[in-house]
Amino acid sequence: MIELHLPWLQIAIAAPLLGALWVARLRDPEVAQRQAMFFSGLALACAVGAWLDFSALDQFAAHDRWSLPWRLAGFEPLVIDELSAPLLPMAALLYFVTSVATLRTKVRRFSFGWLLASEAILLATLSCRTPWGIISLLALGVAPPLWELHARRRPLRVFAIHMGAFVAMLIVGWRLVERAAPGSPAPILAIALLLAAVLLRSGIVPMHCWMTDLFEHATFGTALLFVTPMVGVYAAVRLLLPIAPDWALHSIAVISLVTAVYAAGMALVQREARRFFCYLFLSHSSLVLVGLEIATPIGLTGAFCLWISVGLALTGFGLTLRAIEARKGRLLLSEFHGLYEHTPTLAAFFLITGLASIGFPGTIGFVGAELLVEGAVDAYPLVGMAVVLAAALNGIAVLQAYLRVFTGKRYFPSVSLQSRGPERMAVLTLTLLILGGGIFPQPGLTSRHHAASAIIDARRATLGPGGSPIEQHAWFRFHDTAPRPAATDAEKLAHRAPLASTIDE
Amino acid sequence: MTSGHLFNVFGPLVVAAPALLLVLLGTAALLGRPFPEKTISRLTQAAVILGLLGAVAVLALMLAADRRLVTLTMGDWIVLPGQHFHFTFKFMFDRLSVPFVILSFALCGVTSAFASKYLHREPGFGRFFVLFAVFLLGMVVTSLAGTIETLFAGWELVGLSSALLVGFFHERSGPVRNGLRVWTVYRVADAAFLIATVALHHLTSGGDFVRLTGSGPWPEGQALLTSNQALFIGLLLLVAAAGKSALVPFSGWLPRAMEGPTPSSAIFYGALSVHLGAFLLLRVSPLLEQSLLLCIAVVALGLVSAWFGAVTARVQSDVKSAIAFASLTQVGIIVAEIGCGLRYIALVHMIGHACLRTLQLLRAPTLLLDYHTLENAIGGRLPRQPTMWEQVVPESMRRRLYRFALERGFFDAMLTDYFVRPFTRVFEWCDAMERRWTDFLAGEQSRESDSLDLAGRVAEELR
Repeated sequence: MIELHLPWLQIAIAAPLLGALWVARLRDPEVAQRQAMFFSGLALACAVGAWLDFSALDQFAAHDRWSLPWRLAGFEPLVIDELSAPLLPMAALLYFVTSVATLRTKVRRFSFGWLLASEAILLATLSCRTPWGIISLLALGVAPPLWELHARRRPLRVFAIHMGAFVAMLIVGWRLVERAAPGSPAPILAIALLLAAVLLRSGIVPMHCWMTDLFEHATFGTALLFVTPMVGVYAAVRLLLPIAPDWALHSIAVISLVTAVYAAGMALVQREARRFFCYLFLSHSSLVLVGLEIATPIGLTGAFCLWISVGLALTGFGLTLRAIEARKGRLLLSEFHGLYEHTPTLAAFFLITGLASIGFPGTIGFVGAELLVEGAVDAYPLVGMAVVLAAALNGIAVLQAYLRVFTGKRYFPSVSLQSRGPERMAVLTLTLLILGGGIFPQPGLTSRHHAASAIIDARRATLGPGGSPIEQHAWFRFHDTAPRPAATDAEKLAHRAPLASTIDE
Repeated sequence: MTSGHLFNVFGPLVVAAPALLLVLLGTAALLGRPFPEKTISRLTQAAVILGLLGAVAVLALMLAADRRLVTLTMGDWIVLPGQHFHFTFKFMFDRLSVPFVILSFALCGVTSAFASKYLHREPGFGRFFVLFAVFLLGMVVTSLAGTIETLFAGWELVGLSSALLVGFFHERSGPVRNGLRVWTVYRVADAAFLIATVALHHLTSGGDFVRLTGSGPWPEGQALLTSNQALFIGLLLLVAAAGKSALVPFSGWLPRAMEGPTPSSAIFYGALSVHLGAFLLLRVSPLLEQSLLLCIAVVALGLVSAWFGAVTARVQSDVKSAIAFASLTQVGIIVAEIGCGLRYIALVHMIGHACLRTLQLLRAPTLLLDYHTLENAIGGRLPRQPTMWEQVVPESMRRRLYRFALERGFFDAMLTDYFVRPFTRVFEWCDAMERRWTDFLAGEQSRESDSLDLAGRVAEELR
C-alpha cells in the first residue's frame, strides 16, 4: 500500500500521549493548560498534515511512513483512508479548541492530562483498521471519563454499567464473528451483540441514559469530548457495516429514526442546559446513524457530511454553553437569563452553531441534512419523513434555548462577563469552518461521496454480488438515472484497497 | 455590449448587493466591532439602491429585448457524481419575480430609511440592521429563485430574521415568547416545504421550476405531474404557504409578530413576509391547474382566512394588530384569487396591498395625531354610522362573533391545547420515567440538575 510522506499519524498520536505524561506531573493547572494547548496543537497540525498529504496522494488508503509497529511487531495498524482522513483533523480540532476555550475558573477541576490521553486514544481509534485494535481502543476510550468520575467522587454506576456492557458485547460479538466458518455469514447472535454495542455507544433509545448521566456528573468538557466525535458511528462503519445483513441495518435505521424524534422532543422539555444539549446531540447523532444504515450512496454521503457538520457545530454549541456555564453556573432553561447584553459574541456563536447543527442554509450542515432527507425518503418514503420532523423539533429547541439563555430579562452582573480572547478564537475558528463549509461544500462532499461509494463496494464484496434489497435499489437507481462516474474514477475505485475491515483481514 | 452581457452584469448585482451587505454587517458584528450608525445606514441604503437599480435595469433590458424569461445560473453548487444529485443556484427573472423583487427593494429601502431615524441610539440598532440584511437577502433569493431548493434557502432566511425581529426588544419576556411562537409555526411550515421539495425532487428528478412547470415562462407553464402528485405536493406547499402567510389555522402568530419594532412590523408582517405564502402559490400556480381539488382547497382556505381576518380586525384594540388582521383579509383574498386562476390580478393585488400596508404601519405610531388633526379640521368627533351588519345580524349572534373575534378564533388556544400540551406531557412523562430508571441504576438520586435553584449558582469567579 502507498505510504504517506511523513509519519504524520504516529506523531499525531504520540504527541498527546507524551503530552499526557508530561502534563500529569505538572502542579500548576495554568501551566498544564498551556502545555496541553501545545501538545494538542501539535497533534492538530500533524492530523491536518496527514489529511493534506493523503489528499495529495489521491489514493483510497495509505500507511504511515516509517511505521514503528511494523518494524517492531510486523503488523501495520495505522492507516488513513477517505473515511478517516477528515475525521482525524476534526477530532484533533475539537480537543484543541476545548483546551483553548477552558477558562481559568475551570482549569483546576478539568484534567488536561486526561484530555491529552483521551485525544491520543481517539486519534489512534480513528487511524486503526484492525477489528481488535478498534475494539481495544474503544474500550480504552472509556477510561478517561470513568477515571474523572471516580477522582471527583461523582456517581459512576450508570455510566460504568452501560460501558461495561458495551465493551463486553463488542468483545463477545467479534469473537463470535471470528469463530464463524470462513465464507459463511456471521452468526445472528454475533451481529445482534455488535449491533447492541454500537447502539449503546451511540446512545440510541432505550440505551441512552448513560449519556445524560455523564453530562450530569462529569465536567462539561469531558462529556463533550467523549460524545461529539461519535466513535459509536465509527464502530458501526468499521465493524458492523461490512458484515451486517439487511435486517440489522433496517433495525438500526428505524431505531435511530425513533431516537432522533424522541431526543428532539426530549430536548424541548428539558429544564437544564446540559441535559438539553445532550438530547440535542443525541437527536443529531441518531440522524447520522440513520443515514449510515440506509446504505445508499446518497444516504451514506449525507451521513458522513452530517457526521462532520454535527461534530463541528455541536462542539461549538457545547463550548459556548460551557463558556456561559463557567460564568453563570449550571443553567436552568425554565428561566430567562438575559445574557445577550453582556456576551453578544457568545450569543451570536451560540445561534450560528445551533443553526448549523439543524442544517440551516449557508452553514455546513445544510448539504448533509438535504442529502440525508433525500436518502431517507428514498429508502423509506413515509418513515423517512420523520427525519424532517426531527429537524423541525431540533430547530425549535435551538431557538428556544437561545432565547432562554440570552434574552427575556435584564441581567445585572457584578463582574464583567465578556468573552475572553481564547474563547472567541476557539469558537470563531469553528464558526469559520461552519460557514466556510456551508458556502463551499463541494470539496467535502466529493471526499465523503468517495468514502461512501467505497464502503458500499466493500459491503457488496463482503456480502456477495447479490447484495441487499436496499443496495439493489440504490444500484439500479445509480444506473438508471445517471451514467457511471468517469472511467478514471471507476478505475480508481476498483483498484483501491477495501476500506472497511472485513473478516478476511 | 449585447443584452446578454448586460444581463450578466445587472442580474448578479441584484443578488450580490444584499449578500455583500450581510457579509459586511455580519462580519463586523461577529468580530465585536460593529459599524457606527451612520455607516450602517449608508451601507444599507447603498445595497438597496444598487440592488434596485440592477432589478430595474434587468426589467428594462427584458422589455427592450422582448424577453419574458431570463435565467441566471451560478453553476452547480454541489453535485454528486453518478448519483444524479445536484444543487443549483439558479435565479429566474420573469413576470412574477421581477415585480416582486423590485417591490422588495423599494419597500426595504423606505423602511431602512425610516428605521435609521426611528431606532436612532436604540441599543439594538446594529442587530436590527444585521437581521434586516438577512431578511433582504432572503426576500431577494426567494423572489428570484429558479429552483425550489434556492427558494427554500431564501425562505429559511426570511423565517429566521422575522422570528428574531419579533423578539427584538428582548429584555422583556413577552416579545421573546412571541418570537418563539412565530418560529415554531415557521418550522412547521418549513417541514411541509422540505417534504414537498424532496417529493418534487423524486418526481421530476430535480427541483427546477422550469422542469416543474413546463418550458413556458410564468404564468403559462404546464405542470408535468399527474393530478394526484400535484394534489399531494400542492397540499404540502399550501401548508407551507399558510404558515408563512398566517392563513387559518396559523393566524395566531400575526398579532404576536407586532411586538417587534414598527419598521420590522411594516416590512415583514404587513408587507413582504406575509405575502410570501401567496408568492409561493403563484410561483407553483401551474401545479394548481392539475388538480381541481387542490384549487378548491386553496380558494376555501383563502376565503376562510379573509373572513376571519375581516371579523377579527374589527375588535382589535391596538392599531398594529388591527392592520395585521386587515392584511390577513387581503392576503386571504389574494390566495383565493390564485386558486381561481387569476394570477395577474393576484400579483397586482399583492403589490398594491404591500405598498398600502407599509404606509399604514409606518404611520401607525402617529395615528392619534392623525385623528386629532382630522377632528380639528372638521371641528368635531369623526362621525360613526352603524354598519349594515349591525342592523341585519341578531344581537346574540353578534355577541358570539365578538367573542370569537376577540379570542382570535381560539386558534392559538386550540393549537396549545390539542398539540403543544399533549406533546409536552408525553415527553415530560418520558423524562420522569428516565429519572426513575437512572435512579434505580445509580441506587441514589441520579440528577444533580433537579436540585438547582432558580437563580442558578453563583458565578464561579465569586466563589
